[in-house]
Amino acid sequence: MIQVKKLVKRFGPITVLRELDFEVRSGEFVALLGPNGAGKTTLLRILASLSKPTSGLVQVASCRLPEEAVAVRAHLGVVSHQPLLYGDLTAEENLSFYARLYDVERLRIGEVLDLVGLSSRKSDLVRVFSRGMQQRLAIGRSILHNPRILLMDEPHTGLDQEAGEILDSVLREIALAGRTVVMTSHDLVRAAELASRLDILSKGKIKASVATKDLNSADFVTFYRKALQGNGGSA
Amino acid sequence: MKSYLNAIRAVIWKDLTAEWRTRENLSAMLVFALLVILIFNFALELDIQAQESLSAGVLWATFIFAGTIGLNRSLAVEKDRGCLDGLLLAPVDRSVIYFGKAIGNLIFMLLVEIIVLPVYSFLYQVPVFQPGFLLVVVLGSIGYVAVGTLLATMVIQARTRDILLPILLFPLSLPVIIAAVKASQGFLLMVPLTEISAWLNLLIVYDLIFTAAAFMVFDFVVEE
Repeated sequence: MIQVKKLVKRFGPITVLRELDFEVRSGEFVALLGPNGAGKTTLLRILASLSKPTSGLVQVASCRLPEEAVAVRAHLGVVSHQPLLYGDLTAEENLSFYARLYDVERLRIGEVLDLVGLSSRKSDLVRVFSRGMQQRLAIGRSILHNPRILLMDEPHTGLDQEAGEILDSVLREIALAGRTVVMTSHDLVRAAELASRLDILSKGKIKASVATKDLNSADFVTFYRKALQGNGGSA
Repeated sequence: MKSYLNAIRAVIWKDLTAEWRTRENLSAMLVFALLVILIFNFALELDIQAQESLSAGVLWATFIFAGTIGLNRSLAVEKDRGCLDGLLLAPVDRSVIYFGKAIGNLIFMLLVEIIVLPVYSFLYQVPVFQPGFLLVVVLGSIGYVAVGTLLATMVIQARTRDILLPILLFPLSLPVIIAAVKASQGFLLMVPLTEISAWLNLLIVYDLIFTAAAFMVFDFVVEE
């Protein structure tokens, strides 16, 4: 579903991604972990066609980036640090706006609001929503057009425990629906609970990769530390 | 083509709905425009001759300054909440964003002009309600918004975007401003149409060239 080979991304003299290889199969839920500045967000922005690679091959849903960006975007749902929502529009108006951009039937708006548990607040302005509600609506926005691939950049940022748990249940439903998910996170335990695979990214390269079923929850932290020290690998 | 136009309509609808709810942009533009008109009126009151020859320039200076406020705010809203990424992620040609934003900005500018023109006409005692003059107002606004929306998108990433926009926009829009002032002055002084037509042609050509140029380069402008 996603194939990245020898991807390099430079911002002026700074090289963020260094000949990175990365692959995600259909239906996989991959959590990208790594310290700040590792290149997680940059990789996600390239996969989302928001940024162009300096060199290397990037293929998403069998389409090459950046050449076939419009086709790729039709298969993508993106959740970022920011909710990408308009505070002066209601929840329903926000989804209605994106539905028109994605050429989606209006009927789908109600389904999505139900899924993220915001039907009762559909007429409220988004600016009065809590951070957790905004993030749930952001996820609703990202799945409005039934994308095959979801890219999520630290979706739990700024959420309290309860809002985080609600978000987790929404993410589990999304994963159960068979969508391919790539999520960046700093929360190792949560990422391991949600994802089917953990990839550790550091200094612009994937340092280690492991299927979560092959690792005990007690070993996650050790595995992560070892990977960052360069002793990781594929499990 | 249908989905392209639908997407443009969606961007316009979103901007108008959000603005209708807050009226932040329109009220700022309007108050600013009315103040400028008023201040110039007092400043030029002593000299009737100067008032006759300068009134078209005053009007366009007012429109341009008020328009710049609108352009800055219209794109800042997209940037501040990261919504520009939301627009860029849509599976449509990115020129949709340009046309949607430009038409929205044009509607705001025309709304301000509709309110300002009667006040201007009353204060400066000039006959603005004539088809030729109104055509100049529309053509001048289209040209200004066409280049302004492109440049406002270009400077959106900059910390100093509020300052940067007028610095880039005013020199680039000089041809449309000069043509609009000259054509407006011609209509106000009842000059024969043959003497104004060159300015009108310049306005039309400028509008076409900059709309086409923006359509072609917008994708590069929003590129990271």
